[in-house]
Amino acid sequence: MNATEIEKNRSELEAKGYTILNLGPTHPATHGIFQNILTMDGDIIIDAVPTVGYIHRAFEKLAERRAFYQITTITDRMNYCSSPINNFGWHMTMEKLLGIEVPKRAQYLRVILMELARIADHLICNSVIGVDTGALSGFLYVFQEREKIYEIYEEICGARLTTNIGRIGGLERDFSPKAWEKIHTFVDTVPRALDEFATLLSRNRIFMDRTVGAGPISAERALNYGFTGPNLRATGVDYDVRVASPYSSYEDFEFDIPIGENGDTYDRFMVRQEEMYQSLSIIKQAIAKLPSGPIHADVPEIYLPPKEDVYNNMEALIYQFKIVMGESNVPVGEVYHSVEGGNGELGFYLISDGGRTPFRLSLRRPCFIYYQAYTEMIKGAMLSDAILTLSSMNVIAGELDA
Amino acid sequence: MENVTKDIGNALLSKFTDALIQQELILDFPTFTVKKESILAVLAFLYDFELYQFKFMTSLCGVHYPDNPIEKEFCVVYQLHDMVKNQRIRLKVFTSEKHIEVPSVTSLFSTANWLERETYDFFGIKFTGHPNLTKILNMEDQPYFPLRKQYQLEDETREDKDDSKFGR
Repeated sequence: MNATEIEKNRSELEAKGYTILNLGPTHPATHGIFQNILTMDGDIIIDAVPTVGYIHRAFEKLAERRAFYQITTITDRMNYCSSPINNFGWHMTMEKLLGIEVPKRAQYLRVILMELARIADHLICNSVIGVDTGALSGFLYVFQEREKIYEIYEEICGARLTTNIGRIGGLERDFSPKAWEKIHTFVDTVPRALDEFATLLSRNRIFMDRTVGAGPISAERALNYGFTGPNLRATGVDYDVRVASPYSSYEDFEFDIPIGENGDTYDRFMVRQEEMYQSLSIIKQAIAKLPSGPIHADVPEIYLPPKEDVYNNMEALIYQFKIVMGESNVPVGEVYHSVEGGNGELGFYLISDGGRTPFRLSLRRPCFIYYQAYTEMIKGAMLSDAILTLSSMNVIAGELDA
Repeated sequence: MENVTKDIGNALLSKFTDALIQQELILDFPTFTVKKESILAVLAFLYDFELYQFKFMTSLCGVHYPDNPIEKEFCVVYQLHDMVKNQRIRLKVFTSEKHIEVPSVTSLFSTANWLERETYDFFGIKFTGHPNLTKILNMEDQPYFPLRKQYQLEDETREDKDDSKFGR
């Protein structure tokens, strides 16, 4: 049933004793702009009709009118909780199309940033689950840690939320000593904060009563619905893009894929909780093994030259002009590249016809794909469970609507 | 990868006499162009194929090629994944603008539900057999399909910006 059909059948449904309840679009408990028209029998949800598209910004159309390097800013605004992953995902897609091999140091620095982003993403999701069960203090504690991650971004690229970090071919600059200092402090102090957060919730009687068994989905249904990321792993399927098809040197690091069993809210919470420790271990390994060398590939026709050279060097000026005007040569071809985003497999399917802009860029946004299972997951549940299920699935409105 | 392309291509050829139009390896992706009438049967065959079980639909999207020969202006791209053997493939079907209909694969993959709605929303490709084929991200009464190439991104009557120097 869709929204108009519900409106048509309203009197019929109400005669049966059902209540039509409009949840959202701007309800404080939905953490984003989601609308659900719920048919309720008392406190039990009979049916839900989600409406999406409230912040649709036509990214796929916009991308068809932008030079390749300008698309990075679009990706920022998809999953804005972990934008470095989106940025690098796009850069790696372009590098795959252009056949650029990025130096090891840049790959490792990217891994550090992507794992920091993953921690930030999971911190938000898990602490918000806490808030929705009535535990606000955990949220306040871990937001201090998230703030530290944002300060690291700020030190590296100057921005906090929509980072636009890195470039096609590498990173725009190496980490400054100040950035390293902040990263080291973060790595040293965050385990304590994570442990403290875990003691608040993971064995908390009230929290477990609320989350165990709330909004479950079986592994089979989850795969059929195209789940990826922590939500799929919570059902017991150990699929992780970082392991299945490693990119950016993930094969150099040792880490576990935490999995759940029942695919309920508690399992999703615990999988994210453990993934943060794994991300931390990857960051530590990357810092320990960090090779020296350049931070970008030697591709002057793609990678912007340093500003000093542009003013003093003819060749650099030409390249600067060509890149900014989107005149760099791009081969004809089709490429699909996916990265493990905060919410699952974030894929970029790019068709290039050799022009200045993509012929077609299709974005595989994990949120959009798994949010369609939401109706099935909350049927028969209570309204309070539906709110929990939504926040534990970590549906980010920017990624959902693109 | 070439072996994979060959194996799947041969299996498709032996199972369906005329469904497979083209097979190629694009970068690391075995790609098959099949007839649109048989897409559901092909996907169902690959779902329980003996060599690879493509039980996971990674993505589904539409593409508009306005310069293609007539009957082939629109394309629907399906990307499938066998997670056990970590093998991905891509399937394409072409359809004409006049009879813009492709069979829906929602009966096989629940993922396809919203993805087909999105493709309908942006390209106007009608998926026959879809349970609820309505617009999803755009307004329900929007009279055009925005990702078709003839649809301009910006208002054509604007004079303050010269876009002819940039983009397409």
